[in-house]
Amino acid sequence: MKFLRDNFFSSWPNALLTLALGAAFLAVVPRFLDWALISAVWSGPSSACRAAEGACWAYVNEKQRFIFFGTYPYDEHWRPAVATAVLIGLWVFSALRRFWKAWLAVVWFAGLAVIGVLMWGGVLGLPYVENERWGGLILTLLLATFGMALAFPIAILLALGRRSTLPVMRALCVAYIELIRGVPLISLLFMASVMLPLFLPSGVTIDKLLRAQIALILFAAAYLAEVVRGGLQAIPKAQYEMADALGLGAFQKMFYVVLPQALRIAVPPLVNTFIGLFKDTSLVAIIGLFDLLAAVKVGLNEPAWSGFGVEAYLFACLVYFVFCYAMSRYSRTLELRRGRTPALDAGGG
Amino acid sequence: MKKSLLQGVALAAVLALGWYLYSNTVANLAERNIATGFGFLRRESGFEIGESLIAYGAADTYLRALVVGLLNTFQVAGAGIAAATVLGFVVGLSALSPNLLLRALARVYVEFFRNTPLLVQLFFWYALITEALPSPREALSPVSGLFLSNRGIFFPLPGNVPVLEGFNFLGGAHLSPELAALLAGLVVYTAAFIGEIVRAGIQAVPRGQVDAGYAIGLRRPQALRRVVLPQALRMIVPPLTSQYLNLTKNSSLAVAIGYPDFVSVVNTTLNQTGQAIEGIALIMAAYLTASLAISAFMNWYNARIQLK
Repeated sequence: MKFLRDNFFSSWPNALLTLALGAAFLAVVPRFLDWALISAVWSGPSSACRAAEGACWAYVNEKQRFIFFGTYPYDEHWRPAVATAVLIGLWVFSALRRFWKAWLAVVWFAGLAVIGVLMWGGVLGLPYVENERWGGLILTLLLATFGMALAFPIAILLALGRRSTLPVMRALCVAYIELIRGVPLISLLFMASVMLPLFLPSGVTIDKLLRAQIALILFAAAYLAEVVRGGLQAIPKAQYEMADALGLGAFQKMFYVVLPQALRIAVPPLVNTFIGLFKDTSLVAIIGLFDLLAAVKVGLNEPAWSGFGVEAYLFACLVYFVFCYAMSRYSRTLELRRGRTPALDAGGG
Repeated sequence: MKKSLLQGVALAAVLALGWYLYSNTVANLAERNIATGFGFLRRESGFEIGESLIAYGAADTYLRALVVGLLNTFQVAGAGIAAATVLGFVVGLSALSPNLLLRALARVYVEFFRNTPLLVQLFFWYALITEALPSPREALSPVSGLFLSNRGIFFPLPGNVPVLEGFNFLGGAHLSPELAALLAGLVVYTAAFIGEIVRAGIQAVPRGQVDAGYAIGLRRPQALRRVVLPQALRMIVPPLTSQYLNLTKNSSLAVAIGYPDFVSVVNTTLNQTGQAIEGIALIMAAYLTASLAISAFMNWYNARIQLK
């Protein structure tokens, strides 16, 4: 009773609000559930959807292979499927604090090698598949993973450069960071797809996927640099002085004392940046790559399935949501844990 | 000595890279017969633009086309920022409501819209408007004079009410499906982030401040408006600024649903002329200017509301 009163009827305006919201829920939710579940069509041809009142999940059902694997050869679909599972496994594994050890890097290299072998093939009796044919969910995951991983070292250098006492270094780093952060990602992707070929010596070409990946890396590096800088700023001056007292050189001080602590502090905002990058990979659909979003979208061009965009994009939202929500919960847990224990605990180090 | 050497090397490396890219580019442009410079701006564009705030036709110059795009971007960013701020504050305040139902609704809203890509949301809104809404003849009219149809949203202006003529509406004001979807997407997405900023800002104001407000006889809404919000604003404004910048930059996703914003017009231009470098330079210059302008304004506002 007290719970009800406190949360729903604490005052007259509150009670009215409860009634109004309750009425709105009753009006909307059953109709939505009827559309999304009860009257929905789950499988079959598009004609069944056109005859029905509810949502057409048959589109997603019909195109599921295409959505998850893009134009990858149909008979080889198990390869991107296993690669997707390995990549997600690597992420889950890395999320556990007790595995934050040096050998984690070895696990990653091994995992990525497996993914590379699976996706490209050409060895172990697997037919070769050129990366123009990669697509769907695995492409989204790979773009985000490599975007983050390769942007990271650049970001650390940029962050150190921005805090450097050398004016030229600082100016170069600030210029890079602010320039990239000041323009929309789509302009960088356009730049990568139309300008990068002009930058290279004639005769040298790099494929579309790699060009988009380079743009994502350069983009993520600028944002990550700011996150790393935030971590660096949180390190007390005493830490530097202690390192000096131990007689460590500038390089040792940075890599053995300051950076390990700074990066540990920066993990939750790093996860948030990764969520942003994961969502931003969807922009590669605009420059004609076949990521998850493009795969969902392109099936709608078929006359038979045109007009089911609402269902298609709701499903795409759901897939992205599962990944992003899991990561944001994870980042939240890390922050809460940091609030409880001393920020610079030695555990796991 | 060592330091200046290091800096000299870094600078030389950047300059060398720049020179390398530049010389490659010059060679490539010559090979492909692509002109350089901004001379193309005075040539006839030859393409139509669906929506324009100023008179424009295919016979006009590229320069005028770019101005049309720029004005469209300003329109979207301006309207988007205003609406996202209002909705964001509503969401943020709802997240702190004593009413559990409202609180839960705000929570679900924030989590759902923050954790899905804006581009997917834009496609969703566009599909919703063009597929789920009826034709103008059967347009939904939740309020008299307001019509929702797959040709866009029509709403009345004072003394000018939209009327159905043949297959479409005449009169009133009109949001095309593209503009309506773009605005809906940008506003709903950004408001989720602003909502979180507002909630965190308000929660950072000590509880004692509200109690003090009650003690001098203020009611909850008054205490919120007169005591909490002014203090919370100081926490809210800096991250709010970056959301405004994000919204402005995100408005460039218009190109994906066919609304002629600046990026989309530049994209058409560079596809026609092949002058990619000039085109990208124009985009970067425009967004950097807009970013600096918004930052400058928000810094001024932020300085004004800080404790003196």
